[in-house]
Amino acid sequence: MSVITIERKVLEKNDEIASQNRCFLAEREIFTLNIVSSPGAGKTSILEKTLEQRAGGLKVVVIEGDVQTDFDARRVARYSVPVVQIITHGACHLEAKLVQDALHKMDLTGADVLIIENVGNLVCPANYDLGESMKVVVLSTTEGDDKPLKYPAMFRNAAVLLINKIDLIPYVDCNLGVLRANALQINPSLRIFETSCKTGAGIADWCDWLKLNVRARSKGADRA
Amino acid sequence: MLSLRFDWSAIMHELSIAQDILEIVNQYVAPGQMNAVRSVKLKLGKLSGVVPDSLEFCFGAIVSDTPLEQASLDIEQVPTRADCPECGNSFLIEDPVFFCSRCGSSAIRVVSGTELQVVAIELADQESKGT
Repeated sequence: MSVITIERKVLEKNDEIASQNRCFLAEREIFTLNIVSSPGAGKTSILEKTLEQRAGGLKVVVIEGDVQTDFDARRVARYSVPVVQIITHGACHLEAKLVQDALHKMDLTGADVLIIENVGNLVCPANYDLGESMKVVVLSTTEGDDKPLKYPAMFRNAAVLLINKIDLIPYVDCNLGVLRANALQINPSLRIFETSCKTGAGIADWCDWLKLNVRARSKGADRA
Repeated sequence: MLSLRFDWSAIMHELSIAQDILEIVNQYVAPGQMNAVRSVKLKLGKLSGVVPDSLEFCFGAIVSDTPLEQASLDIEQVPTRADCPECGNSFLIEDPVFFCSRCGSSAIRVVSGTELQVVAIELADQESKGT
C-alpha cells in the first residue's frame, strides 16, 4: 500500500466562493442574512412581514432558494424589491456558487440588506457557507420545543432565532420556556424573537433589531 | 403505471459531499492509477451534520462501474471537544449542551467536531494489482 497524505477540507471550493461573496458584499456595504428553517416554518411570511414594515427603513434585496417553483419570489416581488429566484431542481440546500451567480444578476444599487431565503431544511444548509453576515433560524411552535436539540449544528451556527407562529401556542404542545432553554444550551449567545405573522406580534422588534444591527455593524461586517 | 423518478440530490447533501470527495481524489491520483485506490480517509466531526452511513452509501453509489469501484471511505469520527477559557477545562460534548462541564461558563470554544476533511488516499501497490 502507498498512502498519499493530504489535508483538504471537502467543502473548500464552496468556502472559497463564500469568501468571494463576503468580500463582494462587504465592498458594497451590504449586510447579509441567510434565513434557514424546516419547510413551512414561515421564512417567506417573516420576509413578507419584514418587507411590509419596509424593514425599518432599510433597502432590502432578496434571493429566494427553492427546490421547485418561483412562488416565493412572486410573493416577495409584490413588495417591489429586487428578487432573484434560485431553483435548485432537487438539491436540498443553496451553495455559494448559486448565490454568486444570483448576485451578478441583481441590481444591488443602494442596497442595505440582502436576505437569502435558503431551501427549507435544518440539516444540509448548516454545512454551506454562502458568504452571509449571519444565519437566522426560524422555528415554528408547531415543530415542538425539542427541535434545537435535534439539529444542534444549525442552532449553534445561527446568530438569531425567530420562534414563529406563537399565536398557535394555546393549541400545540410547545413550551416556550423549554424551547428557549433548549436553544440557549446549544448557543448561549443566540438572540431570540417571538413572532407571529398572523397577529404581527414581534415583527416590529425584529425589524428594529435588524435596523440597529445593520447600523451598529457599520454595514457589511464579518459574520457573527 | 407507477413511475418513479429517483432524484438522488433531493435525498441528502451527503451526495454532493461524496462528489466533492471524488473531485479531491481526482486532483491527487493520476487517471491511470484510479483503479489502485483502495480507501479515502476522512475526518468527520460529530457536529458536521454529515451522516457517515449515508456518506458511505452515496460514495459507493457514485464510484460503482468506474475505475474507483474498489475504493471505500474510511471515516474517522471526531468527537465534539471544547475548551473553557474561564477555568482551563478541556472536555467532550456528548449531549448538545454547550456549557463548561466544570464551571458552567458559556464562553467555551469548540476546538473539534466540525471537521469534514480528506486526510489520506490509500493505493494498492502496482505489483499487488487485482488483489
